[in-house]
Amino acid sequence: MQQRFSSFFASRRGILVAGAIIGVVAALLQYLGNPPNMGVCVACFERDMAGALGLHRAAAVQYIRPEIIAFVLGALGAALVAGEFRPRAGSAPIVRFVLGMFAMVGGLAFLGCPWRALLRLAGGDLNAVIGAAGLVLGVAAGVGFLKNGYSLGRSYRTYRGAGLILPLLMVGLLLLVVCRPRFTPDGPIFFSTTGPGAMHAPILLALAAGLVIGGLAQRTRFCTMGSVRDVMLMGDTHLISGVGGLLAAAFAVNLVLGQVHFGFGGQPVAHSSHLWNVLGMSLSGLAYALGGGCPGRQLILSGEGDGDAGMFVLGMIVGAGVAHNFALAATPDRIVGGAIEVGGLGPAGMVAVVLGLVVCLAVGFTMREKL
Amino acid sequence: MTRQVDARGLSCPQPVILARQAIRAGEFPVEVLVDTRTSCDNVRRAMEMLGHTVAVAADGDDFKLKITR
Repeated sequence: MQQRFSSFFASRRGILVAGAIIGVVAALLQYLGNPPNMGVCVACFERDMAGALGLHRAAAVQYIRPEIIAFVLGALGAALVAGEFRPRAGSAPIVRFVLGMFAMVGGLAFLGCPWRALLRLAGGDLNAVIGAAGLVLGVAAGVGFLKNGYSLGRSYRTYRGAGLILPLLMVGLLLLVVCRPRFTPDGPIFFSTTGPGAMHAPILLALAAGLVIGGLAQRTRFCTMGSVRDVMLMGDTHLISGVGGLLAAAFAVNLVLGQVHFGFGGQPVAHSSHLWNVLGMSLSGLAYALGGGCPGRQLILSGEGDGDAGMFVLGMIVGAGVAHNFALAATPDRIVGGAIEVGGLGPAGMVAVVLGLVVCLAVGFTMREKL
Repeated sequence: MTRQVDARGLSCPQPVILARQAIRAGEFPVEVLVDTRTSCDNVRRAMEMLGHTVAVAADGDDFKLKITR
């Protein structure tokens, strides 16, 4: 029975179905309270978690997102059942941390990760096409490095407890969102009362949705960055079938629920500053390609016991704190007096994106093994 | 003589890249050693796409893929 499930999930039909389920669940989560076009945005939700912990003080984006917790725990459960929990670590963890930080800086320049780019597209936000083009550019650069011997080196088996650290951290965060303690009178845990951080599906539904997605993504190896990379690297369309399933299913559900609004301007939690949408997602795409997985995949790998992926995740969360504390994150478009005021990056954000590209290119050029 | 590739501990898609380089040399069979089911599936799918026959065997906690023409 388990063998039959494994074969199905490894098949093209399996990943297509999994992608479609993720798309349906994401669109439903928006209907149930999550921010528009942000059903399961890994970057946005990790940013919200950073805010809830007080790593940044952007009051509108502070919430401990149960979906992120459940991705990791769902993947852990699926990996344990399938005998695929393999504690491992040691492949240039500090580099992965830095890649995670810059992946978040790029993500907050675009206002989303590749998962959200798909969900924005499924909601009619045409800025996501520009962002997706940037993602493809970044991944293409990563593929170039991979073809020329880029490697962060091997990981090695480690203690079972080491592989459980990130899942246990997620259990701790779950306790914090359930118990909602205040550690100081004015301090964390912070929960937004207005803005995207205040918009969320009921905890139990968010948890259930995250567990389903985490389990499915673990079994199918769903990866948005990998889908583009595999097509470029070897013409392999397996992973991109899942991405297609997500996009089509989310669009269909959005249509039914009246959640589709085509256009560039005035899209929810988005800006139409095209240059920085492209460059931001190029930075993210390159960081994901060098780190070996999109932000969702990094969470899933963490659940499987991969400590290096866990470092990437922690890098993204810290990166979100840095991005908001130092005004690196983009501001969305606003409607002022009936006209659209285009948002985008401030000067510090622009410098940070360029710096991130320089750092990631340096990683790609210098960390390679002779093939 | 069997050409061997040790891709254990390498993250996606390096095992596939190393396997492709090994078969490009044209000496078969090629044996690829990987340590995760994901890498095993990826290498097998990539090799089968290129028209090769792949036999997978467990090797302790690892997987050994034998690739033939």
